[in-house]
Amino acid sequence: MSIFLTKDSKVIVQGITGGEGTKHTALMLKAGTQIVGGVNARKAGTTVEHSAKDGSALELPVFGSVAEAMSSTGADVSIAFVPPAFAKDAAIEAIEAGIPLLVIITEGIPVQDSADIWATAQAHNNVTRIIGPNCPGIITPEESLAGITPATITGKGPIGLVSKSGTLTYQMMFELRDLGFSTAIGIGGDPIIGTTHIDALAAFEADPETKAIVMIGEIGGDAEERAADFIKANVTKPVVGYVAGFTAPEGKTMGHAGAIVSGSAGTAQAKKEALEAAGVKVGKTPSETASLMREVIAAL
Amino acid sequence: MDLFEYQARDLFEKYGVPVLPGVIADTPEEARAAAAKIGGVTVVKAQVKVGGRGKAGGVKVAKTADEAEAHARDILGLDIKGHVVQRVMVAAGADIAEEYYFSVLLDRANRTYLSLCSVEGGVEIEQLAEERPDALAKVHVDPLTGIDLDTAREIARQGGFSEELVEKVAPVFVSLYRVFDDEDATLVEVNPLVLTGAGDIIALDGKVSIDENAGFRHPHQAEWAGGEQGDPLEAKAKEHDLNYVKLDGEVGIIGNGAGLVMSTLDVVAYAGEAHGGVKPANFLDIGGGASATVMAAGLDVILGDAQVKSVFVNVFGGITSCDAVANGIVKALEILGDAATKPLVVRLDGNNVEEGRRILAEAAHPLVTLASSMDEGADKAAELAAK
Repeated sequence: MSIFLTKDSKVIVQGITGGEGTKHTALMLKAGTQIVGGVNARKAGTTVEHSAKDGSALELPVFGSVAEAMSSTGADVSIAFVPPAFAKDAAIEAIEAGIPLLVIITEGIPVQDSADIWATAQAHNNVTRIIGPNCPGIITPEESLAGITPATITGKGPIGLVSKSGTLTYQMMFELRDLGFSTAIGIGGDPIIGTTHIDALAAFEADPETKAIVMIGEIGGDAEERAADFIKANVTKPVVGYVAGFTAPEGKTMGHAGAIVSGSAGTAQAKKEALEAAGVKVGKTPSETASLMREVIAAL
Repeated sequence: MDLFEYQARDLFEKYGVPVLPGVIADTPEEARAAAAKIGGVTVVKAQVKVGGRGKAGGVKVAKTADEAEAHARDILGLDIKGHVVQRVMVAAGADIAEEYYFSVLLDRANRTYLSLCSVEGGVEIEQLAEERPDALAKVHVDPLTGIDLDTAREIARQGGFSEELVEKVAPVFVSLYRVFDDEDATLVEVNPLVLTGAGDIIALDGKVSIDENAGFRHPHQAEWAGGEQGDPLEAKAKEHDLNYVKLDGEVGIIGNGAGLVMSTLDVVAYAGEAHGGVKPANFLDIGGGASATVMAAGLDVILGDAQVKSVFVNVFGGITSCDAVANGIVKALEILGDAATKPLVVRLDGNNVEEGRRILAEAAHPLVTLASSMDEGADKAAELAAK
């Protein structure tokens, strides 16, 4: 088992003919993802050539719209590699087509566009789960990858991971590569995102294959504090946490648009304290966090 | 990006929000001319992107042009919480009968917009929220429909305005929402919004934050950048499109991915505790690509920081392979030549790491030390910086 993404997921790529779309379609296929086609209105009716996981040649159809791709292929996941200026339209198209899972990799989407995307998803009864934007996507190791996470870091295992940061996700998967992961989700560091820490925690709690959860946060906002409240009330599985940005000064954005300490709000210390108050063991560094997770797994 | 008050004022004017005349002055003489032009009582206001300027002596009322000049002389150069005043705005004095509060902002937690409104403005809004929470209306705003006249009236009513005032302020709220929406702002705040003795509504002070990600659809916003004396290294980094933040420390940091770089700063700070308290000197995220030119530009900025004693390059090769990063470092050191003078500790892991480490070992650059983990690299870099 896993959450949100399995070996049976049928994935389409919005922007499959672009540079990033082409590169990552190849990598996702190599990771085992069932990619069934792509979308580009200007190249509808053509195909793109790729190699399947076993190396055999694969011709993927390019459709004019997400709705068309879904009805032709039965796709239930879309991943968008679309430049920021076009990301909102691409996302709304996918939502209106009713795709169950939409992963938005694009970095630099205006936050008002993200607000519109989220409001549109809600207006369509939240049929579409959104992951991102500005995220590495989701991987269920050895089954499927809808994202840009390297599939070679580690394999299947008992740990569920949710993180705001891409490279910290890779770092943590690498630290715990001998144990492996059920699913790892990078939810993104933008001020407005689809799937939250809480959504992922709830799904991991319900997933029988996930035995323990590692949650990675960073400065800015209060998502970690709200996740701590949720853990206290709803999560019975052990959770280990890590928060980046203890040395970040107030008022300076640290790379992610959402990573900014404003006054007393959003500091790493406040997040760590909130998590610890909810019974989460919080590591000072990625390696210490990995050690804490080892102890948790050993005690299971 | 936060705008200066005068930029917010100009923007309000463009959208039909009522404001008073205001003129920018860079010198006391310009302030005098501005006050003479406006006539009557004026207010000389420091233009800094930080709150609490009134208490710091950055806002003064002038009855004459002479007084405006004298106030400008006092205020220009004033240090307000680390922000040195380089400009003042000379604004017409207002005959204030009542003070209100209005804002519309991004509500991260609820993934929507929020409008805050109160008939009791003029005070620090955080203070009002704490002491008299019932006096501050919080109304969610649907991004898909925004604030129309009916919504604006509802916000005003919830903020405690009388029906007569509701009709006066609601159109102003609609215009302020247009500023928020059309300019891709994350915050538009007016405090105070005033009622004058003559019964007019005026936005007396405004705060606007703009989403830089939306800059591609607002070319005119580029001219708002700068203006406040920034760090020269940050300015240089910006020229190269580098994501750099200057900090106060001795260990230069380069990494890929915002989260990993933030984490690297923390790990270096902890390691520094054992090495005389050395600290990270900067945040620098070179992104996924980590090409030679980007690496060289990044190193160039960091080595230009006189405080830096050592540099820690911490890269996890995800999609980018470590051999490309290693080649980038080797080429960057070639490009920099004699300008590279400080020891570099490099930690590589991930995609094709063996080849990456081999390339660096083979190049055997005298300044480069390889580390086998993030913790070891941080410790080594801190040790070298403490020497």
